[in-house]
Amino acid sequence: MEFFEDWPQYFEVAINWSDRLLAGLWTTVQLTLFGGLLAFVIAVTLGLLAGSPNRWLRIPARILIEFFRGVSLVVLLFWLMFVLPQIWMRNPDLPFRDLVYNTFLLGVIALGLNYGAYGAEAVRASLTTVSSGQWEATTALSMSWSHKMRRIIFPQAWALMLPSLANLWVHLLKGSAIAYIMPFVSDFTAELNQLRRPTDIWFSHAFIGLVVYFILALILTVIMQTLEARAKHKLGRGPSLREILSPAPKAVMAEGSAVTVTDPPQDPAGPDSASAKTEGGVRR
Amino acid sequence: MKTRIHAAEIDDPSMVDEEEIRQSPFWDWDFAFDAFPDIFMAFVEVTLLVTVIGSLVAAVLGLVIAILIMVLPKPLAWVVRWVANFIRMTPIVVQLIFVFWAFVWMDALTIGIIVFGVHYATYMSEVYRAGIESVPKGQWEATTALSMSAGRIWRKVVIPQALRSTVPSLGNYAISMFKDTPFLLVIGVAEMVTVAGERGAPVFRTTEVYTIAGLLFLAASYPTAVLINRLEKRLAYAH
Amino acid sequence: MPTPTDAAGIDTEAAASSSPPDTPVIEFVDVEKSFGSNVVLKDLNFQVAQGERVTLIGPSGSGKTTILRLVMTLEELTGGYIYIDGEPLTHENRDGKRVPVSKKEQKKLRTRIGMVFQQFNLFPNMTVLENIIEAPIHVLGQTKKDAIAKAHSLLDQVGLPDKADAHPSSLSGGQQQRVAIARALAMDPEILLLDEVTSALDPEVVDDVLNILRQVADTTNVTMLIVTHEMGFARDVSHKVMMFDGGHVVEEGPPDKIFTNPEQERTRKFLSAVLGH
Repeated sequence: MEFFEDWPQYFEVAINWSDRLLAGLWTTVQLTLFGGLLAFVIAVTLGLLAGSPNRWLRIPARILIEFFRGVSLVVLLFWLMFVLPQIWMRNPDLPFRDLVYNTFLLGVIALGLNYGAYGAEAVRASLTTVSSGQWEATTALSMSWSHKMRRIIFPQAWALMLPSLANLWVHLLKGSAIAYIMPFVSDFTAELNQLRRPTDIWFSHAFIGLVVYFILALILTVIMQTLEARAKHKLGRGPSLREILSPAPKAVMAEGSAVTVTDPPQDPAGPDSASAKTEGGVRR
Repeated sequence: MKTRIHAAEIDDPSMVDEEEIRQSPFWDWDFAFDAFPDIFMAFVEVTLLVTVIGSLVAAVLGLVIAILIMVLPKPLAWVVRWVANFIRMTPIVVQLIFVFWAFVWMDALTIGIIVFGVHYATYMSEVYRAGIESVPKGQWEATTALSMSAGRIWRKVVIPQALRSTVPSLGNYAISMFKDTPFLLVIGVAEMVTVAGERGAPVFRTTEVYTIAGLLFLAASYPTAVLINRLEKRLAYAH
Repeated sequence: MPTPTDAAGIDTEAAASSSPPDTPVIEFVDVEKSFGSNVVLKDLNFQVAQGERVTLIGPSGSGKTTILRLVMTLEELTGGYIYIDGEPLTHENRDGKRVPVSKKEQKKLRTRIGMVFQQFNLFPNMTVLENIIEAPIHVLGQTKKDAIAKAHSLLDQVGLPDKADAHPSSLSGGQQQRVAIARALAMDPEILLLDEVTSALDPEVVDDVLNILRQVADTTNVTMLIVTHEMGFARDVSHKVMMFDGGHVVEEGPPDKIFTNPEQERTRKFLSAVLGH
């Protein structure tokens, strides 16, 4: 079995290349963070618009959501990379010319648009999951739309949407691997792929790469579960973060810390996301 | 010997001849009509093929994984579960490349189908698990009361009930897989987006081909999703 | 026990308010409400005077809760007009044409109306105090200091002086409902809508909540529209009782008359069913 005989060589190569691999890892982390941030902003904006009672806001938002999650991430990437710059080629005087050739930025935008559109659906669905009694109470107190959203509805929907957003963030991390096909984007996958050149037993490094991605995904999941536990505690459900992190964890810990699986992004007109199943509103 | 030519090499967009682009129209209907048949054929022959067979693999293998996790002794079930988690939480792109170079004798399209099938099987196993767990306790008790054998209980009672509720999820995962198929370009499979690029690149025309590819994705996924949503509502009412 | 003369007395006090003394605080004109093809209310006409406390009774599904929800604009009015202090709430009659009123006007009217819900609907992301002061500060524009001072006095009034910093989830149902009453009163409503406020409560705390509402009724002249199954409470606090069935007023009158000597057979049947004799 050459696989086992060759093990020392794997490590040697991996160590020799460790600088580049770490640089690639850093690029992947940046893609995930910036892409995730953009996706979050898009998700909240489009999600709020899509949940608005005003149809002039709702319908355009719905079209954008269906469009950006309906076309594949790769198509979006190629569109941004090859079609978008043509506008600047045809109109050389337009500003931000350098930006459309910044492939890293284009990658972030493609990830943000695609996963942001999925996230928008999660945001919208979780807003509708906040119990009708809460909406009615805000009407009874004559709160304006922005006021009730900011202070009452969104803070409650936040706890409901976090599991979906956590899944999407892991998906974004996984999706970011495709950015390696773009020129000048040397993410972790790109550097792994370069490892193929000095060694012909590259696949074992790909396995190491998979492990690294897995660990990154676990880290994202833990971050999001922490946020979720905090959000739930604020709504009076579940323990506080301090209780969760205390050295003598209680039974609730088992539930909170178990790394749950990710759902793939929900599709156009798909079910109102997993969050619809979670409990909402006031305790009875 | 390992002789693979790596496929994914994308041209630097800033390297194209700007002058030529400036003189050509942004959208050329003739070229769009000209390129459409090739892109559409790739859509049918590769993208749809991978989606359909991959979904079938995912549906069957997912059920196998779900049952294994439930019937295997604890340590083994734990191993199966974490292998599934591992596959689920790592990028398909890297998995494709990994399998592509690990099994060099295998045809890239087959690899694509296997990787997509296995990756989505790990998602489906969770759906089945939820479906199996949602079979009411009374059903298990009823089968015990009737002294049915374990195999019979699974075949005749649990699985049919669990399957019914999983059809919409399977459909949604099939759509996700459908939109992930362009990842196949990293192992050189001539799927729709690759073919679109190949049609556009020689003549420096990218607008039409990528727009066609995007619209085909939209045109196929959106109506399917609407149908699945309806089916799901109907199943929910039937209960 | 209030008598019709009490109600009349309060009516004269109402002259102090901005609207003319004989303008009803709530007026329903030909109100119609349907959910799809299901007509819940039809040709409903009634008035509630300033300071009057009216209880709506009747079997479930008779449309009484819908009436409260229409006043609170939680449901869309499908026909007719509702006037608050003589001003149209949702639609106005302009030369026989039914025209929706502006959202701004509606919002202004709505601040005069408060509601307490069956399920309390406290905001779980806020403390008790924050629940009470949120709307007075951000909707009515009160200063934080004033709102907090008022909230504390209201919490005293509902018997929860030490719960200001508690979270709703840590309170019992009865305590949550008392906070909800304080929250509604903090808006200084002219009209208070009470929608089956004790239906979700454990039997032993029902009286606590009702006693607080009795006290509110005794010490203020807030107009109340009440839907309840607590006939004793209805008898104690209301000036008028309206018996509903199938979206129509079957009978109305002072509580003494309705509860002891109803004219209609339908009312008699309903009362004997709920009172158990």
